[in-house]
Amino acid sequence: MSSRFLDRALVLAVASVGALTSSGCEREARDFLPPKPGAEVGHAASAAASAAAIASAAAMVGRYEHNAHAVSAGKRLWTWYNCSGCHANGGGGSGPALMDDVWIYGGDAGTIYLTIANGRPNGMPAFGSRIPKDQIWQLAAYVRSLAGLASADAAPNRDDAFLTRTPESFSDSQKPETVKPSAATGRPQ
Amino acid sequence: MRPAVARAMPALPAIVMAVASHVAFAATASDAGDWPMAAHDYASTRFSPLADVTAANAATLKLAFTFSTGVVRGHEAAPLVVGNTMFIVTPYPNVVYALDLSQPGAPMRWRFEPKPEAFAQGVACCDVVNRGLAYDDGKVFLNTLDNQTIAIDAANGRELWRYRMGDIRAGETRTMAPLVVKGRVLIGNSGGEYGVRGWLIALDAQKGKELWRAYSTGPDREVLIGSDYKPFYAKERGSDLGVKTWPADAWKIGGGTVWGWISYDPELDLVYYGTANPGPWNAEQRPGDNKFTSGLFARDLATGQARWFYQLSPHDEFDYDAVNENVLIDLQVAGKPRKVLVHPDRNGYVYVIDRATGEVVSATPFVQVNTSTGVDLATGELRYAPGKHQRTGTVVRDICPAAPGGKDWQPSAYSPRTQLLYLPHQNLCQDQEAMQTGYIAGTPYVGAIVKMKPGPGGHRGRVTAWDPAAAKARWTIDEDLPVWSGALATAGDLVFYGTMEGWFKAVDAKSGRLVWQFKTGSGIVGQPIAYRGPDGKQYIAVLSGVGGWAGAVVAGDLDTRDGSAAGGFANVMGDLKQRTTKGGMLYVFALP
Repeated sequence: MSSRFLDRALVLAVASVGALTSSGCEREARDFLPPKPGAEVGHAASAAASAAAIASAAAMVGRYEHNAHAVSAGKRLWTWYNCSGCHANGGGGSGPALMDDVWIYGGDAGTIYLTIANGRPNGMPAFGSRIPKDQIWQLAAYVRSLAGLASADAAPNRDDAFLTRTPESFSDSQKPETVKPSAATGRPQ
Repeated sequence: MRPAVARAMPALPAIVMAVASHVAFAATASDAGDWPMAAHDYASTRFSPLADVTAANAATLKLAFTFSTGVVRGHEAAPLVVGNTMFIVTPYPNVVYALDLSQPGAPMRWRFEPKPEAFAQGVACCDVVNRGLAYDDGKVFLNTLDNQTIAIDAANGRELWRYRMGDIRAGETRTMAPLVVKGRVLIGNSGGEYGVRGWLIALDAQKGKELWRAYSTGPDREVLIGSDYKPFYAKERGSDLGVKTWPADAWKIGGGTVWGWISYDPELDLVYYGTANPGPWNAEQRPGDNKFTSGLFARDLATGQARWFYQLSPHDEFDYDAVNENVLIDLQVAGKPRKVLVHPDRNGYVYVIDRATGEVVSATPFVQVNTSTGVDLATGELRYAPGKHQRTGTVVRDICPAAPGGKDWQPSAYSPRTQLLYLPHQNLCQDQEAMQTGYIAGTPYVGAIVKMKPGPGGHRGRVTAWDPAAAKARWTIDEDLPVWSGALATAGDLVFYGTMEGWFKAVDAKSGRLVWQFKTGSGIVGQPIAYRGPDGKQYIAVLSGVGGWAGAVVAGDLDTRDGSAAGGFANVMGDLKQRTTKGGMLYVFALP
């Protein structure tokens, strides 16, 4: 394929994404452009910046966790970037479980983004300097699908590998939590 | 083979003299009643010569005192007792307590908080455990999860020195109990699931300076293989096998960590220990024998130079670390006494090995094994069963034993009176799919999805009284849950162990008959000990507090709806949350 053809395909695809999104069919949308500036969560260190980032993250929810392509891309990255090494397929291991209703640092999409990007002091590595922001959003959407917090119709319903749990599309839905300190683990925030 | 009178504790008199001559506050008790290292003695027998508590009177054992550790992760450590002081160490944050046994209720004499880095918690594969302290010459030696070894003044809890080696951001941790021999502190690293390169290091006990370092992979000069190296089998001979038996550079992230037990023979002056599994678990990514992983080393204490090596599981495909204890005893073999080590391995065999030469005398399965069909004693080769070979993207079912092996770290005890080795172990199989994986520093380097299940019979645990001379079990006790605690044998012909739901049990060493049990607050994964208190009475002590790999579903609040959680252990431990909760408590028992 020529590069001219690719460019045209991209334009067409973006245009159709716009049309689909505006008609409310977020599940099937494909978006080939990076997130708009301002809609991103920065690698903010301060609490105020984090709060602002989390608020702006609400705008990203439709784009990612209601979108089947984004969640399924997140599922592939989950293995490629070794999230599964610590969190298994959501049940946890050296890292905490992510398919339950306990969120040590917060279970909203923006906080999950920050957790992946900046890491956390009890052993979560920072991936922000290693992977594109778009992929972090895809991962955050997939993490929420593990706990039934992404749209059920966007969540994956099968595994390419050995199945170890019921599919994400069947995860129990839960109320989104902004911050729920884990009394059970006693880990500091 | 016929059993002779086993000399189970060749090193004990030396330890006792060192203790008695240097520690004033230890002088009030009989040193034979001390427990100065996790394994009790250099031969790693975990045998107490105390005989006050017997099968006839154990039913009257009563709680003497308790002590809450303030930590609720898996308590795998053995308490130590020297004179009138007990030393205990918690899982991360690795707090050390010294308890005054001469006072009613054993009040705290001092506490030491090393404040390890919190980040270490995230890179400890199998709960944030610590397997024990070591005591020598007035000092307590502590390993911390964040790769420090610290010497503490036993009299007052003051820090004497600190040694750092290893990077938690590369997935390296330290969970093993040090062993101190002749002023050398022997330590090893953890992180075989993170692409960490294994080593054993000897430190100067006075200053904390490194004396030698022996890697488990890499060129001979770094493995400390030289002219002294005389392995018994041809398969272990060659130059730079720690490089040549790997794809290019894979040995640098190849595992072979040293997180288990170390034994020492003062007559041969050799140190014995096992190396952990190769990484990643997906064996297709590392064609070759992957030396010197999943094998046993004998090394010279003073120089660290290897004397022999024997690879139990070459090119391991099932996470069969060889880090389990090596119990040093003498056996009659074909009418001749031989100095052997007995090693119950993850791969499901009890090995009896001539500890002077590295020759395998016998290798006998103690659980159902279908990953291999036996050990060729002429070549030393483990004969793998072709039906269980791993291929990327293919699920292989009913692999026995499972990844934690026929027996994991939980140490056995040997009684020279019954000449039996008491093995606490599990009975698990698994399904596994190997996956392509890439190395990302500080994250797991495994490449496998695992789901464990109960082994034949449905019980997940067992205690086996193994006769190493006859190479067969004399009796067994089936336990529903994996037996993840250590064992203790006493001269009162009792064997003590704990269950993961919290029962602490005493059984008759000759028959396995249950004679006493006590329900502690949380599941037991610790190592029971016996000691003589300042009042002259025999005490039995154990830390309760569920956790470790098998108990991680409770200790780490994991979700067992995902069978692959906790490295696949979640699939077989779904009921543990209903049967126990987290805790961290010392329990000490005595006769009325």
